[in-house]
Amino acid sequence: MLLAVGSLVAMGATLGTVLGIASRYLAVEGNPLEAELLALLPGAQCGQCGFVGCGQAAAALARGEAPVTLCPPGGKAVAEKLSKKLGVKADLSEHEDKGPQYAFVQEDLCIGCLRCANECSTDAFIGAPKQVHTVIRENCHGCAKCFKVCPTEAIKMCAVPVTLGEWHWEKPGSHELH
Amino acid sequence: MTLAYTDKSAPFTHAPTSVQKTMTTVILALVPATLFDAWLFGWPAIFMFLITVGSCVVAEALCLQAQDKPVGATLSDGSAVLTGWLLAMSLPPWAPWWIGVIGSVFAIVLAKHLFGGLGQNVFNPAMVARVALLVSFPVKMTAWVTPHPLFSDKGLSFADSLAITFGHAFNVDTMTAASALGYVKTELSRGVPVTESVQNLPDLMDMAIGLHAGSFGETSAILILAGGLVLLARKIISWHTPVALMGTLFVMGTVFHLINPDRFADGTFHLMSGATFLGAFFIATDYVTSPVSKQGQIVYGVGCGLLAWIIRTFAGYPEGMAFAVLLMNALTPIIDHNCRPRAFGRTRKGEPLEVKGEK
Amino acid sequence: MKIFPVRGGIHPDYRKELTSEKAIVPMPLPRKLYLPLQQHIGAPAEPVVKSGDMVKKGQLLARAQGAVSASTHAPTSGRIADVAMVTAPHPSGLPQLTIMLEPDGKDEWAELPQPLADPFAASSQEIRERVAAAGIVGLGGATFPSAIKLNLGSQNKLETLLINGAECEPYLTCDDRVMREYAAEVIDGARIMAHALGTAKIVVGIEENKPQAMAAMSQAASAFPNISVVGVPVQYPMGSERHLTQAITGLETPAKKLTAELGVVVHNVGTARAVHHAIRFGRPLLSRVVTVSGGAVTEGKNIDVPLGTMVSDLVAFCGGLKEPPRRIVNGGPMMGQPLPSLEVPVVKGTSGILALTADEVNERDTQPCIRCGSCVTICPCGLVPVEMAAFIRKDNLDGAAKLGVMDCFSCGSCSYVCPSHIPLVHFFNYAKGRLNEAERDKRKLERIKTLAETRTTRLEQQAQAKKAAAAAAAAARKAAAAASENPDNKASV
Repeated sequence: MLLAVGSLVAMGATLGTVLGIASRYLAVEGNPLEAELLALLPGAQCGQCGFVGCGQAAAALARGEAPVTLCPPGGKAVAEKLSKKLGVKADLSEHEDKGPQYAFVQEDLCIGCLRCANECSTDAFIGAPKQVHTVIRENCHGCAKCFKVCPTEAIKMCAVPVTLGEWHWEKPGSHELH
Repeated sequence: MTLAYTDKSAPFTHAPTSVQKTMTTVILALVPATLFDAWLFGWPAIFMFLITVGSCVVAEALCLQAQDKPVGATLSDGSAVLTGWLLAMSLPPWAPWWIGVIGSVFAIVLAKHLFGGLGQNVFNPAMVARVALLVSFPVKMTAWVTPHPLFSDKGLSFADSLAITFGHAFNVDTMTAASALGYVKTELSRGVPVTESVQNLPDLMDMAIGLHAGSFGETSAILILAGGLVLLARKIISWHTPVALMGTLFVMGTVFHLINPDRFADGTFHLMSGATFLGAFFIATDYVTSPVSKQGQIVYGVGCGLLAWIIRTFAGYPEGMAFAVLLMNALTPIIDHNCRPRAFGRTRKGEPLEVKGEK
Repeated sequence: MKIFPVRGGIHPDYRKELTSEKAIVPMPLPRKLYLPLQQHIGAPAEPVVKSGDMVKKGQLLARAQGAVSASTHAPTSGRIADVAMVTAPHPSGLPQLTIMLEPDGKDEWAELPQPLADPFAASSQEIRERVAAAGIVGLGGATFPSAIKLNLGSQNKLETLLINGAECEPYLTCDDRVMREYAAEVIDGARIMAHALGTAKIVVGIEENKPQAMAAMSQAASAFPNISVVGVPVQYPMGSERHLTQAITGLETPAKKLTAELGVVVHNVGTARAVHHAIRFGRPLLSRVVTVSGGAVTEGKNIDVPLGTMVSDLVAFCGGLKEPPRRIVNGGPMMGQPLPSLEVPVVKGTSGILALTADEVNERDTQPCIRCGSCVTICPCGLVPVEMAAFIRKDNLDGAAKLGVMDCFSCGSCSYVCPSHIPLVHFFNYAKGRLNEAERDKRKLERIKTLAETRTTRLEQQAQAKKAAAAAAAAARKAAAAASENPDNKASV
């Protein structure tokens, strides 16, 4: 009887100490999820999701207040990664994925005001005041911020065309498969 | 010019293979043994066979109908016929009609369609049915009759046969005999050593030809073996599963027989009796429920052989092939997962090979 | 010579007899030639001609761009009609920038570079430059720029040049005919390539179903003790670079590595012949031998086709189609690409044009997988197609990638044997496309991130600089004010 009580007390004391030490030394600071989610977002602070920047969007995602499909420039790829990380099943079919886009400057309309270049979060514009601007395609991720600020509507958002090298086969029709 | 289609990627040629062809070949390989056994056990066996195959086909059709799947197209793949055929082969030859019908429901509805139909079942449908029947109706399922060949003195009349299959009027018990495995097991439990009890069994030659009591399709070892060899030659199956299974059974039998001949039957006896050949060539090699890789098939075959020997030797049932196969079916996904072939240019673990140094 | 066993593989119905006895015939010049700027792996070439220019045969039309690219030359003399988008010989049916040339019928040669007097005295660099200038790419179908492949000797210690004459694809007989009819040219080209690579040994691997080609090549090689002509078993896909290397040297190329790291470089027989033309005569790659075959073609032929010829012209030259084909294939039936129509040009990688009937294609509705394991047994890469396809069906692409779907080179063996007619390779092509796309998206995202971060830091620095400048200016003003105040004070006092 005494032995049983004693051993239980000893076990309780030891495990309690271990847990106490563990809680002190293995403590997790803050919410690591937020940082991990932020790493998945483009980080261009374009604001298309409705939040001020990617950091705020990541915070909202971590709280579960924003859908994983919130990032239009990130497209399906980012939405998939977010849904995987958060373990939620994203209904990507309803997610309106226009496909990747890029900004194009119509030279006859551009007045060289540089507003687009100042707005661009990835420095994709080349241009000087009073000169026609142009966009470096590879640096543009289609956030359309420039499109919104252009006073002459010289900027057109175009769908990135599929090239021969990028084209791939569609999934085979699987209606009769399991 | 819409001449051709680009909806599908290469290849644009195909081997003359199909599911139907595979199933048909397996069925054809079973035909000689089936005909022999039909002759050996007479009309009741033929009725039992037809009822079992027929009710499997009906069950399959009903299941497909219920799932709004194309009935005709799917039935023609021959898988339901084969399931029914294999089930009939494993039943006592004079089993009444309802054994075949209930077995078909177990096989097709429970074991196959509830899992998702062809290709999706975890357990071999015929063996699920056989085991379910054996557990539910142990007396009927072990009512082995001695051979009553057609057109011989012992052959039964058509009317008597109908009575056996469809009525209760006829007392089958008077004609039953123990199967070889069952006899040895019963004698052993009575204290008669194996060495003595095997003396009373038909000799090896009769066992091989099939002139002894047993399941409808299990008795004729030679014809089943011939069918199996046809499957091997037609490359429907590979040698891995049957050889691993029979090899294990033989080795276990031989080794333990050498250690204690009074307790353990020898390897040849294990090979020639019961469902060894049928199990090794036709049951364990069922595509759907066995591993896909050759390495996996060896592991699987060894497992089946080992379990069959253990069940035959130590467990309550005289024959363990069905249980062994079902148990190994459950392990198939794990075997598949752990027995993948080595990828070209990679180690077994999947890392790229090292480039060898200067030679 | 000992031949080493190769895993898996299949023995399809070869149907080579349709064209194997047809000698190579030249194709008469069509009314118009269509030369896409990208007929090779790598960056598209940059056109150096414009609409209305007159060009001579062999003149440069488009120059290679960047590290991996290949030039294109005029297959005949004539006028450049246009440089515009034309449907590519590709299943997507997407257009690509294409130079259109209207032959003037004179077939006048431009001034060609002087042939190398003694190629074996020339440096490796010199040979590579000539090969690059000639626009030669791998003519087996991979269309990788050959000059780059001839440079592998600079990073690896090479022992063997393997000339690939396996031609394991059914129907195709163009390599067979080239070896039979131009064995000496192939051998000479191979010797030049071996010299450029610095390999002592040349091995020509030919599948044993081409005895005449073996005899011709052995005959042509008999004067050179360092060349051996070897028969390899008839086993698809023996013509795969890695598998041919394994059959002949017994060495297994590690995943994600080149055969060059084992000291072996593989070139196609057609490529060797093109190198011979480029070095000995200064001629760029202007035409290639194409097998036109299949049950829907009136008369199958092996044709020396000027690059840019429309497939419809080529088929017309073979007497047209005798029945509507189920598939038109660019290449062999196992790995070729289906073509959307006959209105696409022949390019450097076109080894065959097949018009296949429904009977030949033998397509059927897909049935459920019965897990027969045939695909596992025959996979020459040791993969598990059945499991990979199951993952891909559920869009679990990472799972498929773990099982090695990226190691699959789409040889088509698994689809070929599948009794349930499951389009396994189609699943893998889809998965590979999606995984590559994801990789590209990831890189793009990283790039955008870096750019955004750079901008943020720059803006911060600017803001700080501004602040500092403002502070400095304020301080200066203050100082100035203080300085000016004092006199004021003095003055006011």
